[in-house]
Amino acid sequence: MNSFWAVTLATLRKDIRLEWRSKDALNSMLFFSLQVVVIFVFSFDPLAEESRQIVGGLVWIAFLFAAVVALNQTWARELRNQVLDAYRVSPAPANALFLAKALGNFIFVTVLQALMAPLFIVFYNLRALGPAWQLIPITLLGTWALVVNGTFFAAMSLRTRSREIMLPLLLFPISIPAVIAMVAGTSAILTGENSAHFYIVLLLTYDVVFTTASLGLFETILHAE
Amino acid sequence: MKRIFPILSMVTAILLAYALYQALVVAPTDALQGDVYRIIYYHVPSAWTAFLLFFINFVASVRYLASAKPSSQVAAKWIVIAVGVVGVVACFLPQVQEQLKAYNMRPSALATTVVLIPIFYFLLGKWFPGQRMDVLALTTAEVGVVFCTIVLVTGPIWARPVWGIWWAPGDIRLTSTLVLWLIYVSYLVLRRFSNSAQTQMLAAALAIFGALDVPLVYFSIWFFRTQHPQPVIGGGGSMDPRMLHTLLISWLAFLCFAFLVCWSRFRLELLHREVDEAHAMESLSGSEVHAASVSLPLNRRAQ
Repeated sequence: MNSFWAVTLATLRKDIRLEWRSKDALNSMLFFSLQVVVIFVFSFDPLAEESRQIVGGLVWIAFLFAAVVALNQTWARELRNQVLDAYRVSPAPANALFLAKALGNFIFVTVLQALMAPLFIVFYNLRALGPAWQLIPITLLGTWALVVNGTFFAAMSLRTRSREIMLPLLLFPISIPAVIAMVAGTSAILTGENSAHFYIVLLLTYDVVFTTASLGLFETILHAE
Repeated sequence: MKRIFPILSMVTAILLAYALYQALVVAPTDALQGDVYRIIYYHVPSAWTAFLLFFINFVASVRYLASAKPSSQVAAKWIVIAVGVVGVVACFLPQVQEQLKAYNMRPSALATTVVLIPIFYFLLGKWFPGQRMDVLALTTAEVGVVFCTIVLVTGPIWARPVWGIWWAPGDIRLTSTLVLWLIYVSYLVLRRFSNSAQTQMLAAALAIFGALDVPLVYFSIWFFRTQHPQPVIGGGGSMDPRMLHTLLISWLAFLCFAFLVCWSRFRLELLHREVDEAHAMESLSGSEVHAASVSLPLNRRAQ
């Protein structure tokens, strides 16, 4: 078990260092979601009351599409110099690699969200009418839901032609329940009209189910060639 | 087997014609909806057929994925048996029965559905060994998407005059059917775009993800009020027996039709793969063998 976490940590540290030096994923995600925010402001020009209703959807659309940018790079990075093949022949557990990649993506997307949140508040005049602290579990669980499936499907779409297009095609249909829960939960908190507990539990279930499924099937996917 | 095909085609054609006659002429007009409701005889049987096909696809995918390793095969076998036994027993526990009553479901209907899982699992394993299991998964997904498309097209056509709207975004069954359709379209896209030799494995994994997703979709829309009528079979919805009779005949006709299409698609896909294999063999063994021995194996007998 110890070596499992050692591999996970080593890979995670390597990914974070790579990202820290190049900032490829983070910059492109940031700029992309910034554009989404600006375009939506221009196209809707909402009042504070309206924006409470719609912003739950907007935030998560921006993050969903931005996350795809980062997810596409996770495995593509390993294709250079046949790093992925080296992983395959090494005795390191496949799930350690998966977990490291998923955690790395989770960190990147969370950083993005932390940076984008003030912008959303400024542009849309947001003030939560419900219990605002509940946004934190929704964000964390929702991000993990996107990232764990995204990492899995990014590995899957490595084996396809035009893989950048394949990832959203595979990821979005499976993510629909999570997206519904995130959007509805966020709107519930912002408008303060109903409780978000149901959606938090739903997201938790989704995370548990798909983390288990991904860990169970990842080895098959990694070794599929 | 080959000789049955034309006979079955004839039977299907007759059945479809008979079902159409029953639906348009014999079935009584609905008291509230008038003649509009007659689309039910296409809408509902297509839905049942599509769900059945997706279910077979799921079982075949699990079976195919499990067959990769002997250990997982044994594990999957016992899990499936456990699911069957626990599911059937659970359906008749008093607490569960009360819960089911709240959702207008009969325990016997649910138990029958649950017991189908191990039955399908073992029968499919017997009938479709090895690669044929994957061909079955592909075939059922393709035909299932066609039937699901019929459902999604006839649904709004029916909803517009009856509900006054084309689409009810908050409805549980509308949304979950749409998501199911999206998942299976992405499944087909994956199969089309994948260029690895392990496409079958990837597709099987995706099918399992899709199957896990459907209950979650269902629950995620739990809070919304549903506009759909209650289920007719195994549920609390009520229906004129003559209408139900027509509906079941329609379903039988659709099932025959689906079976027929699946069958020919299955044979086509097998043939495709054999041709591909023969081409691969040909390029492997070089040109001297080409003229002599390797001819495309068009004989359908098992080798």
